[in-house]
Amino acid sequence: MSEPTESPADGDGPILEMRGITKTFPGVKALSDVNLSVDRGEIHAICGENGAGKSTLMKVLSGVHPHGTYEGEIVLDGAPASFRTINDSEARGVVIIHQELALVPYLSIAENIFLGNERRRAGEFIDWHRTNAAAAELLARVGLTESPTAPVSTLGVGKQQLVEIAKALSKEVRLLILDEPTAALNDQDSEHLLDILRRLREEGVTCIIISHKLGEIASIADRTTIIRDGQTIETLDMAEPESTQDRIIRGMVGRSLDNRFPERTSVIGEEVLRIEDWTVHHPTQPGRVMVDKANLTVRAGEVVGIAGLMGAGRTELAMSVFGHSYGRDISGRVLVHGREVSVKNVSRAIDAGIAYVSEDRKQLGLNLIEDVRRNTSAAGLPKLSRAGWVNEHEELRVAEEYRESMGTRTPNVLVPVGKLSGGNQQKVALSKWIYTDPEVLILDEPTRGIDVGAKYEIYTLINKMVADGKAVLVISSELPELLGTCDRIYALAAGRITGEVDVASATQEGLMSLMTQEADA
Amino acid sequence: MTTIANLKDLVTQNVRSSGIAFAFIVIVGMFAFMTDGRLLSPGNLSNLVLQYSYILILAIGMLIVIVGGHIDLSVGSVVALTGAIAAVVVVREGFPWWVGVLAAVATGLLIGMWQGFWVAYVGIPAFIVTLAGMLLFRGLTLLVLDNMSLSPFPGEYGQIGRGFLNGLLGGYGYDTLTLVIFGIAVAGYAVASYRNRRAKLSYNQDVEAIWLFAAKVVLVAAVVMWFAWQLATSRGLPIVLIVLAALIIAYTMITKHSIFGRHVYAIGGNLAAAQLSGVRVKRVNFLIFLNMGFLASIAGIVFSSRSNAAQPGAGEMFELDAIAACFIGGAAVTGGIGTIPGAMIGGLIMAVMSNGMSLLGVDQSVQQVVKGLVLLLAVGFDIWNKKRSGARAS
Repeated sequence: MSEPTESPADGDGPILEMRGITKTFPGVKALSDVNLSVDRGEIHAICGENGAGKSTLMKVLSGVHPHGTYEGEIVLDGAPASFRTINDSEARGVVIIHQELALVPYLSIAENIFLGNERRRAGEFIDWHRTNAAAAELLARVGLTESPTAPVSTLGVGKQQLVEIAKALSKEVRLLILDEPTAALNDQDSEHLLDILRRLREEGVTCIIISHKLGEIASIADRTTIIRDGQTIETLDMAEPESTQDRIIRGMVGRSLDNRFPERTSVIGEEVLRIEDWTVHHPTQPGRVMVDKANLTVRAGEVVGIAGLMGAGRTELAMSVFGHSYGRDISGRVLVHGREVSVKNVSRAIDAGIAYVSEDRKQLGLNLIEDVRRNTSAAGLPKLSRAGWVNEHEELRVAEEYRESMGTRTPNVLVPVGKLSGGNQQKVALSKWIYTDPEVLILDEPTRGIDVGAKYEIYTLINKMVADGKAVLVISSELPELLGTCDRIYALAAGRITGEVDVASATQEGLMSLMTQEADA
Repeated sequence: MTTIANLKDLVTQNVRSSGIAFAFIVIVGMFAFMTDGRLLSPGNLSNLVLQYSYILILAIGMLIVIVGGHIDLSVGSVVALTGAIAAVVVVREGFPWWVGVLAAVATGLLIGMWQGFWVAYVGIPAFIVTLAGMLLFRGLTLLVLDNMSLSPFPGEYGQIGRGFLNGLLGGYGYDTLTLVIFGIAVAGYAVASYRNRRAKLSYNQDVEAIWLFAAKVVLVAAVVMWFAWQLATSRGLPIVLIVLAALIIAYTMITKHSIFGRHVYAIGGNLAAAQLSGVRVKRVNFLIFLNMGFLASIAGIVFSSRSNAAQPGAGEMFELDAIAACFIGGAAVTGGIGTIPGAMIGGLIMAVMSNGMSLLGVDQSVQQVVKGLVLLLAVGFDIWNKKRSGARAS
């Protein structure tokens, strides 16, 4: 930082250059000679499978992995950067927004924006007028009309993401890094977020965006760098006609995925699950109906989808069926193989042959501090035990068997699940439920936050399940995924099933119009 | 596996998983040296067992409570109340000793149900429920005892905490019975280890080389039999030790191999995920506290028997010793992690330190300071160790 070469006047060169970055963890080379060059004022996407090294690269850039723990050099604005902490990188205008939002729910929007960076007066006291006024200005820049004094917990995930961006703007951000910003957002919120990013680009903010959603990358990125196995594969100029989604996928997985969904011939049998007049009320707001007289069926060997926007009641429907895990004043009937079953608690639901793989692996699906083996057996312990005692040798054998058959990539089954990548965690979650030998599996967002290659493997596993005669109910926000995997799709809007379409005759547009159907007053 | 790889494996695995056991050996060695071997003299060893048995019994229950993600601040008061009930039944009312024992256990179970009800079914955090319990049961103790201590217990009751099995099989300057019982235990350990190894082999799991396995068994057997010899040449086999050993074995089995044990770990590790895996969380939480009440009553019986009286102030601060034992022994504050053997070693570290310092004539006040620092350092080391191993995967 000796030469005054940082002036934005000579702003033609790249704002950021990372050269020959190599980062080794004991036993693993996470990054190997990675090069990344980001131009001033562009939106630069980084693509790669989970575990490819994207996050590690961004941690190197933002100082989470301090200077000296990696090899190679970082040049920011023409001057070398050696960040020791996140504060160092933020001081130079590099701000990272992580996938897991870091907002304090009970503090106001303004407090969150200036947390750790408070607008002060007289030393240690907060200047509330300045805080709220500045927050309001920042909120306007990200297109939010909420009051700066509203608690963050009153906002949906999409708006919280925008608050994170406002927080970054408050730090005079010049290089904004977003790690999968739309992973938890619905299409509408995602679109809005991307618009904000475009607007920031016009204001001169450079963006690095990590994303698994290729359509999104195609629509927003100026250039895309592909990382595979800790190495840069190539950087594509998205204006070039050959920079197609297929090209990116090929780069990411090192093979061509001609079809993103594996082929399957449906052999549909008897009806397995029938839900009749299923009505669920909100757990804390009496009278608020979350699911309204839903009727649906799933047959053996059939994959049935549920399409719905956020808040349509998809997860609420699934979790209330799975042992009344959501909601209150639940009414209606659940039939498995034509026989009415009680699902009033989770163990009854499991006994009835229902399995539910949650959309939230980390909070609801897995015990992250426990190893692969015990997570695999967690729901099927009765099968492994006699008179309340667990056969641990058998347990280990089962875990090994599932590790192999599911293709879970882990050194061994005694590794804590928290250390696996998202796709592999999902395979453990699936193992856990397949081991309970269910009649019907409800998969809630089975491919959320996992990369293209692993998605394909999950689809293959779904095919395997139905080939074994199971019935599968898939909830997904991604319509192409539903169209690619399902036989039949129900559309859900505001808690009501608004339509049922055969996949042969279904289109994204048709589904979307059902999903946005207003309730008749 | 080659010999070298075997040894390397053994060392790295053990240092990571039972660093605390090594610390224990170092501490024992240190105090044995500083006290010119008095720490390990037969008389002192059997004293040590008698003095800290009730803390270890409490630590067993506390470990399960902590792994489940809770805490129990009331156990000291429960020790006092159950002891007081036993004293009222046996000393004041003149019933036989076993009626007192039953009454104490029944009291412990009732207390466990009471606290379990509030924690599991009403959903009040255990910290609050047991803080209330700490006051509540201490107050009840004072009421039951009329604010005075009740003593002495008749002979049989006193045997529980102070008695020894000695001379039943004779011996020359040593107690044969003690040696026989320990011999049987060691043989049982060897057989169980061997069967476990066989089972592992039949499931195609990795096992250590046979010579290493044999060496391990022989080493454990030698240490245990040496300890037995020390007891045998002193006063014989303390009855408390039999109770304690039975509890440790039973609860190690329960925590490691039973469905209930697994469910405790699952709840502590991720409550929501456990619930969605079909674990009946409320029932398990209830049982955790029921069990704690039971073990606290056993500790209450042992303590009142050993002090030959029920005192209004009995058991004060016991909860803190039991909690400290669990955390020194590697239990996680957030739940989901911890083992019974770990907690026992944690308790023994505290015991050896107190005992060693007392032998050296160190003042009580300094002892407290040292114990506090050891607790802090033990947990600090644990966190540092986790960060170090965690950094590799991220």
